[in-house]
Amino acid sequence: MTKTTIPVHLDINGRHHDLQLEPRVTLLDALRDRLGLTGTKKGCDHGQCGACTVHVDGERVLACLTLAAQVEGRTITTIEGLAREGEMHPVQAAFLEQDAFQCGYCTPGQIMSAVACIREGHAGSDDEIREYMAGNLCRCGAYPHIVAAIRQAALEVQS
Amino acid sequence: MRDFDYIRPATIPDAIAAAAEPGSAYLAGGTNLLDLMKGGITSPERIVDISRLPELNRIERLDGGGLRIGALVRNADLAHDPAFAKSYPAVAEALLSGASAQLRNAATVGGNLLQRTRCSYFYDTASACNRRQPGAGCDALGGENRLHAVLGWSDACIATHPSDFCVPLVALDAVVEIEGKKGRRHVTLEEFHRLPGETPQRENALEPGDLIVAVRLPAEAASFSANARYLKVRERTSYAFAVVSAAAALVVDGGKIRAARLALGGVAAKPWRARTAEAVLLGADASEATFASAADAALADASPSGDNAFKIELARRIVVRALMSALSGTPERLPALPASPFSNIPGARHDA
Repeated sequence: MTKTTIPVHLDINGRHHDLQLEPRVTLLDALRDRLGLTGTKKGCDHGQCGACTVHVDGERVLACLTLAAQVEGRTITTIEGLAREGEMHPVQAAFLEQDAFQCGYCTPGQIMSAVACIREGHAGSDDEIREYMAGNLCRCGAYPHIVAAIRQAALEVQS
Repeated sequence: MRDFDYIRPATIPDAIAAAAEPGSAYLAGGTNLLDLMKGGITSPERIVDISRLPELNRIERLDGGGLRIGALVRNADLAHDPAFAKSYPAVAEALLSGASAQLRNAATVGGNLLQRTRCSYFYDTASACNRRQPGAGCDALGGENRLHAVLGWSDACIATHPSDFCVPLVALDAVVEIEGKKGRRHVTLEEFHRLPGETPQRENALEPGDLIVAVRLPAEAASFSANARYLKVRERTSYAFAVVSAAAALVVDGGKIRAARLALGGVAAKPWRARTAEAVLLGADASEATFASAADAALADASPSGDNAFKIELARRIVVRALMSALSGTPERLPALPASPFSNIPGARHDA
C-alpha cells in the first residue's frame, strides 16, 4: 500500500465537494461523517435494508455498497436535495399525508426509492409497488401506508 | 474493512496487468465484493475499479443471430431492454427476480457470475469453511443446512451458487468471454463454475488477472422465446435468494417437444444444467406426465447434504411447474412478481 488517502470530488445535491478520503470510505460514510448529510441512514450497512438509498445520475442505488471513489464525477442526490425552493417533493408530501411512517428511520430511503420507483414506471399497481419497493424494509411495518403514499404520489406526478 | 490501494485503469490491458498482481480484486458494481470486504471474508490489498471501461458496457447483436452482453451491463439495464426481454424472456425474468431495484441498478453481468455463495458459514469468519480457508473443515455439514446443496456437493463443501441470472443462461448455452494475460478465450457457462470436490476454493475457470469481458448467447437461444419461464421458490415473497429455482424453455410443434432446455438454481455450487432431463423431453409428448418423468431424471442423482431432503421434492415440483408454464406460453407481460410460482400462472392459486 502506497498511500492512505486519495482525492475524491463529489457532486451532491448540486454542490461540489473536494474530499480527501481513504479508498475504503463508502458513499454512505462520506455523506454522513464527512459532509454532515445525515438524512441518508445507516441501517444494516450490508445492502439488505435500503435505508441508505440515494440517487446516482438519477437512479437509486445503495450508498452502503458504493465506494465514494466509485461515484466521483457522478450526480448524487440525497433526501436533503429532494425539495425544491422550500416545496416538498410530491412523494414527501404524500408520505406525510398518508402517515407512511412510524419511527421514521427507514423513511429517507423509502422516499428516495419511491421517487425512483415512480420515475421508472413501476408504480402501476399495488402489487408492482410492493415488488419494486421490496428492497426497502420498514421494521415498524408501515407498508400499507407506504404503498398508499406511493400510489397517491404516482397519480400526482403523472397528472 | 481493511484499507486498500484504489486504482482505476483506463484500458482493459492496464486492468489485467494490475489485477494479475497478488492480492488484487476487480471492482464493478461492488454489491457483493464490498459486503464481503466489510465482513473480512475477503481482504484485497488492491482494488482495480473497472466500472468505467466503456467497451464493456455494450449489448451487441452478432452476425449469425447471437448476442454479446458486455460484462459491465447492469442487471436492470439488461432486464429492461425491450429487445432482450422479448428474445430471452426467461433471462429477463430471472434478473428481475433477483435482489432489489437498487442492487440491480449496480450489479453487473460479470459480477453476477462471480458472486460468492451465501452460505452463512462462509460469511461467518468464526466458522470453519473450506471455501474461505482451504483445509479448515465445513461447519455447514451438521449445521444449519436446510438451504444447502442437494446435487454435486462433497464433504468439503455443501454450499450453493446463489445466482438467478445464471440459471436460464446455462440452459441457453451461454458462453463466457474471458480476457487474460495470454489473450482472449471462451468458456461455456456450464464449464465456468466448478463443483467443490476437494478444492471448493477453486470456484471457477478464472486465472489470476483474468477478466470476464462479455457473456454470449448463441443464435438458438432466441428460438425458445415463445415458451420460456424462470420460476423461483423463496422463503418470502420477494427480495430473497432461491430455495430452489428452475429455468425451462421449449420448442413445441404438434404436441411434440422439438427442443428443450432445463436448468436448476439453488441446488448446487453451480447453475445446474439438467441434460438427462432434456433427453427425456426431446421428442416426447408435451404433457405433465412427460414433465414429471423429466423432473425425476433431473433429480435422480440428488441426495440431501443435511436437513434439506425437502429441496429434492421441491425441485421436482418446480421443474414440472416451470415446464407447464413454459408450455402454456411466455406471458405477454412479466407478472408483477417476476418468477413467482404464485403469480400469473394458469391454474395457479394466487393465495397459494
